[in-house]
Amino acid sequence: MGASAPPGKQRSWRGPRAWLRIGLALPYGWLLLFLLAPFLIVLRISLADPIVALPPYTPLFDWAADATHRIYVTLDNYRFVLGDDLYLYTYLNSLQLAAVSTALCLLIGYPMAYGIARARPANRNLLLMLVVLPFWISFLLRVYAWMGLLGTHGTINGLLLWAGIIDEPLQMLYTEGAIFVGMVYSYLPFMILPLYATLERLDPALLEAASDLGGRPRQVFVDVTLPLSFPGIVAGCLLVFIPAMGEFVIPALLGGPDSLMIGRVLYDEFFSNRDWPVAAADAVLLLAILIAPIGLFQYFESRRPEGEL
Amino acid sequence: MERPEPNTAWLDPEAKPFVRIMGVTKRFGDFVAVDAVDLDIYKAELFSILGPSGCGKSTLLRMLAGLETLTAGRIEIDGIDMTDVPPYERPLNMMFQSYALFPHMTVAQNVAYGLKKDRRPGGEIRQRVAEMLELVKLTPCADAKPDQISGGQSQRVALARALIKRPKVLLLDEPLAALDKKLREHTQFELAGIQDQLGVTFVVVTHDQEEAMALSTRLAVMNEGRFTQIGTPADIYEHPRNRFTADFVGKINLFEGVVVASDGENVRVRCDALDRELTVPGEARPPAGQPVALAVRPEKIFIAKQPEENGRVAMRGVVLDLGYFGGLSLYRVKSECGPVIEVSAQNRQRAARGRPEWDDEVYLSWEASSTILLVD
Repeated sequence: MGASAPPGKQRSWRGPRAWLRIGLALPYGWLLLFLLAPFLIVLRISLADPIVALPPYTPLFDWAADATHRIYVTLDNYRFVLGDDLYLYTYLNSLQLAAVSTALCLLIGYPMAYGIARARPANRNLLLMLVVLPFWISFLLRVYAWMGLLGTHGTINGLLLWAGIIDEPLQMLYTEGAIFVGMVYSYLPFMILPLYATLERLDPALLEAASDLGGRPRQVFVDVTLPLSFPGIVAGCLLVFIPAMGEFVIPALLGGPDSLMIGRVLYDEFFSNRDWPVAAADAVLLLAILIAPIGLFQYFESRRPEGEL
Repeated sequence: MERPEPNTAWLDPEAKPFVRIMGVTKRFGDFVAVDAVDLDIYKAELFSILGPSGCGKSTLLRMLAGLETLTAGRIEIDGIDMTDVPPYERPLNMMFQSYALFPHMTVAQNVAYGLKKDRRPGGEIRQRVAEMLELVKLTPCADAKPDQISGGQSQRVALARALIKRPKVLLLDEPLAALDKKLREHTQFELAGIQDQLGVTFVVVTHDQEEAMALSTRLAVMNEGRFTQIGTPADIYEHPRNRFTADFVGKINLFEGVVVASDGENVRVRCDALDRELTVPGEARPPAGQPVALAVRPEKIFIAKQPEENGRVAMRGVVLDLGYFGGLSLYRVKSECGPVIEVSAQNRQRAARGRPEWDDEVYLSWEASSTILLVD
């Protein structure tokens, strides 16, 4: 930029708009570098064949001896994953587990968020703090703590035996129930926080107006509170469902050997089988399954009239 | 607003009050928001509760609606005790200050809500909603969402929604506060017109005295949880009974004084501020030596460049400040005896010639009967 540059051009580099552009470029650059680029790498691996080499998959560009080259792409991995009943079962199992965990989180989280939003303002921050508090301890540690609680010689069995309620320890750890306990426990804050945000913004005058017009407390909830907290419900469910779908640690530690989750299968495929292409195809399919509900949500959001909550 | 038959039920000793508020108190912790208030409101009245913010007027209205519990006292509507009846079973509806329109429902759905909760048949709901939208001139907006209509339209949706159940009493919390001035004047007459047409008892809470004066059959002035005076707008303006009422409703000049003597027809008051003794006509007989206040409304004072004839309270002064409002001018005059007196004068002639200007020497005067004696 010299003295000869037109004034308009100068402004575009110095004014606040330029800073805005740089400010926008940073996060987008970050996403591009650390989200899109790795995804493209995974996508590319999913289209290769496994070989015993380093890295253990066929290269995309095959440089032939005669200096021509060809691109090598195969859909075999997808055919394999989609054609295998075990994989189908795993996907369905993961879907079911994530869906049930999300539903449980919603059922438990909604009343909690509602209670916090209706609490006296002085108490709200304390209650929110309590919801977020578990994050201060490592996720892995907390899951191990549940193993200690639920185990055959764990705290709960010990208490029940001591109280004489049961004669022999219950099998709680390594069951599907233990997975749900771990999932709900771990993901509940992600449900409560967005729900609280919408419920807290809800104008109490709307509830009073509904009550004044003849709405009984339950009707007021169904007619006003519930529809107006819908965005919070959707946000909370997505925040729980998406990580729950790919969850690996909780089923691995708390679930039994038969609890086949997609995250665990992916792990085994990658580290035990060293079949990177199949693992990559698995990951891509998982992403496709997760993007579907977000796309649906976006579609419904864009169809709502402007300004509506 | 012209009323063919003025509603004066409160003058009839036989008339039964429609809304009875008896010894109603509301405490929030140590703070007494409403302090043992009594009030009778008659059928088809347009009654206003007027007071500064924080005087307890909204709390009183919310207690009428059932949105706030009573600490003590009793509320009756049409002879039935409402004290412990939940809001959704009370035969009254409220128009909220923020309008509180349901953002996820259309205008028609908002208006229909009350009837739906009463489980009225669908055909009846549609018909009554159409009629009500017609009444408030909102038929074209029936399918709009609340965020797509203007403030004035929102106000009318809120009114329609509150009236659809044909409540015995309609409570209005600052109904016009959110509208701009021009729209407010228009709407206030529209509101009174609708009230007249439907014969519903209106109880309006407002901090805007012009609104209260223009709308109401009667009004109650409230301060610190108590009523300072209840009466017709003219009553309250011309015959305020205490300093707060006199000062809060309209502009007024207040002068401190001490009673010299009273004979049942006139009260003689020594007023040091005005450096004279004034005779105020009135039947009150306050004891000699009691401190009182004398009050004169600005429009009751004549301002002239020449001295007026005798028989009036008269004094000289200098114009400190003047405000021109078109129809009238407001003068602040430093009187010869000290206090600054506010005077308003109508601008009857177009020419500004002859009107007092800044720093002009002027003569102020008012009729003895214009002086208001305030004992509290």
